[in-house]
Amino acid sequence: MLTEFADRIRSAHAANTPLVIQGGGSKDFYGNAHEGEVLNTRALTGVVDYQPKELVLTAQAGTPLAEIEALLAEHEQMLAFEPPHFGGPATLGGSIAAGLSGPRRPYAGAARDFVLGVRIIDGTGQPLRFGGQVIKNVAGYDVSRLMVGALGTLGLITEVSLKVLPQPARETTLQFELDEAAAIEKMNQWAGQPLPLSASSWHAGLLSIRLSGAASAVHAAQARLGGEPLHDASAFWQRLRDQTTPFFDKRPLHPEGYKWRLAVKPTTPPLKLGDALWIEWGGAVRWLASDLPAATLRETAKTAGGHATLFRGTAPADGVFTPLVPALLALHRNLKQRFDPRGILNRGRLYPDF
Amino acid sequence: MLSPTFLSQLRKLLPDHCVLYAREDLVPFESDGLSAYRNTPDVVVLPENEAQVAAVLRLCHANRVAVVARGAGTGLAAGALPVDGAVLLVLAKLNRIKAIDPLARTAVVEPGVRNLAISEAVAQHGLYYAPDPSSQIACSIGGNVAENSGGVHCLKYGLTVHNIQKLRAWTIDGQLLEIGSDALDAPGYDLLALMTGSEGMLAVITEVTVKLLPRPERAQVVLAAFDDVAQAGAAVGNIIAAGVIPAGLEMMDRLAIEAAEAFVHAGYPMTEALLLCEVDGVNEEVSDDILTVHDVLAASGATEIRTAESEEQRLKFWAGRKAAFPAVGRLAPDYYCMDGTIPRAQLPHVLKRIGEMSAEYGLAVANVFHAGDGNLHPLILFDANRPGELAKAETFGGKILELCVEAGGTITGEHGVGLEKIRQMCAQFAPPELARFHDVKAAFDPDTLLNPGKAVPELHRCAEWGAMHVHGGQLAHPELPRF
Repeated sequence: MLTEFADRIRSAHAANTPLVIQGGGSKDFYGNAHEGEVLNTRALTGVVDYQPKELVLTAQAGTPLAEIEALLAEHEQMLAFEPPHFGGPATLGGSIAAGLSGPRRPYAGAARDFVLGVRIIDGTGQPLRFGGQVIKNVAGYDVSRLMVGALGTLGLITEVSLKVLPQPARETTLQFELDEAAAIEKMNQWAGQPLPLSASSWHAGLLSIRLSGAASAVHAAQARLGGEPLHDASAFWQRLRDQTTPFFDKRPLHPEGYKWRLAVKPTTPPLKLGDALWIEWGGAVRWLASDLPAATLRETAKTAGGHATLFRGTAPADGVFTPLVPALLALHRNLKQRFDPRGILNRGRLYPDF
Repeated sequence: MLSPTFLSQLRKLLPDHCVLYAREDLVPFESDGLSAYRNTPDVVVLPENEAQVAAVLRLCHANRVAVVARGAGTGLAAGALPVDGAVLLVLAKLNRIKAIDPLARTAVVEPGVRNLAISEAVAQHGLYYAPDPSSQIACSIGGNVAENSGGVHCLKYGLTVHNIQKLRAWTIDGQLLEIGSDALDAPGYDLLALMTGSEGMLAVITEVTVKLLPRPERAQVVLAAFDDVAQAGAAVGNIIAAGVIPAGLEMMDRLAIEAAEAFVHAGYPMTEALLLCEVDGVNEEVSDDILTVHDVLAASGATEIRTAESEEQRLKFWAGRKAAFPAVGRLAPDYYCMDGTIPRAQLPHVLKRIGEMSAEYGLAVANVFHAGDGNLHPLILFDANRPGELAKAETFGGKILELCVEAGGTITGEHGVGLEKIRQMCAQFAPPELARFHDVKAAFDPDTLLNPGKAVPELHRCAEWGAMHVHGGQLAHPELPRF
């Protein structure tokens, strides 16, 4: 099977045919417009190795996330970066290539933090293996993590090894009526204290905090923080993770429906860019539904120490991601050139010029 | 040799006291923490600010002179070993903590700031910097980033790569790179991950923004004795299977226990294997976890279990482990510390093979093990004054690393490759991967001026060394006998 993928990429390289890598298609909306022959990874399916006592799982890229999560749950373990499914048949490979993480990210780590090793096929059809199946490994450059969030532009991910974690024994979500500024401050204050936080969200005057851990620890934190317990909390966090609440309308028909993701320093005070706002990640991500010009939003995010991505909507000319400064752009081009010299893999999906 | 013209240009860039070229001034820089490798540098520069770093790099680039960056010089893989005809760029004087933001839980520091100094500076806010390499009292954060340093607490809190969020770094041609951001991610490729552990081969770091964590409310440690290392290894897996992620999980074998006990009198039981399991976090959670750990250890066949009842006792339990290296150092004139990582299930097999090889080479080995994350530190005892013994220890060490690769692990868990383990890179990676590592370097440093000859072997050298690539735990030619 792998040979067929390698042959397909080798031929595309020879013929200079652009390829569009696709898994379950759940993140087709993400990134810039891209064209080419579809190279679907769903045939590369199956868990290759899973040792619960080692906290390591290895699976082929086309394996559905749902399948992996079900297997982990049988052993009371989980993917701690809580990858979004976006309501579709998301695959492991797509999740790692997109590098997106869910509500647990600020407290447990991002997708890239859990990647231990990858197998890829580069843009010439060459299979390569980086990293491994052990938690500590500093031999060679960390090419495994370089693949996370590269949106398939450096190679087709064919297999991933991940660190997994035990599920918490207990989870409770507490809600507090607070205005935006007070909520941002609380999220940051609490994150600096030894509390078992595992998710945070603020929207429409309501701060929601998830606590995870031993039952005794969750109870003690709940007694200390107060707030109103939220029933059906797992559905709440899953809707936020997968963006299936009405706020994240999937098909924006007009500019006001554009969804921007502003990644900022978590302590950044209210940005005052409109009321259509959802805050998560302890203040470090501000989702905005906005028709303000891209330049305005990018400048605001930059001032706040971060960057702005047009998550859903029609891309501006310089692409959905914040353009890179020349020194970094040059490095990106150099790396792309080394991994995919003819630029056939997901051409333009990350940045329009490669 | 560097030309007098170049040296005079170099001296114009920096104050007199920042350029060392007299023989007696150079000797202290001839090795890093791995003193078996020595080479007197041609010139040492100690810039006092970022502008001077950039100026030195530009001058070296213009003259095609190589640059070896060095922090506190505590590295254990000869990564900062001087290279002939190169400038040794020592970043120790860039040692200011530039900003601490308690609410955002970050500190902005220069590369020469010591690891422990960060935690000390932020302690008043109830925060700390998690990675704690054993050299943390002396090692600097720039070196930690270059090596992706770990420590005792990696399983729960991660390595350096998990605990930093932004870098300022300079390419060899003197361009500034701002990598990462003050948010939790940055656009484009994850260059922050690529830079971390790149051993000074890609760019020179002048500023690091580190993440700080709230200090755990409580930490408690359990000590358990086992009659058999395999049983102790199995106990580690059982603790994790019970849903506990210990903050630290360390194992020592008999020789290491005996050495530690003789040195610091920690009160360790004399046994085949000792486990130290520390849990930390919220008060109530620690109480629950300690009970769980105790039960699991008992069910796993521990012959003796002790729980530290006070902070004083906790520190005493740790004293033996923390002193293990110097303690082993008293057993022989020299020791050589290895750094392989293996899947934990392979521990009995790997320790058995190390024991057999110890007999073959006639060199004793004490094993100290970050058991939680599979990171093994066999300490090979030898006497460098006996002719040929250092070479024998190195050959033995190389065999241990190849064994780790065969067992599905890696040649280095936290010390880095440097010059020391460059031959074993040929065992761990196939030629296409090694070639791609060179490509990555070329993307940053096309003239190979930054720390040349380290970390990634030239492909033709692998053939010369006769090193055999072991792929994914499979030997290249399993049908061939090996001795």
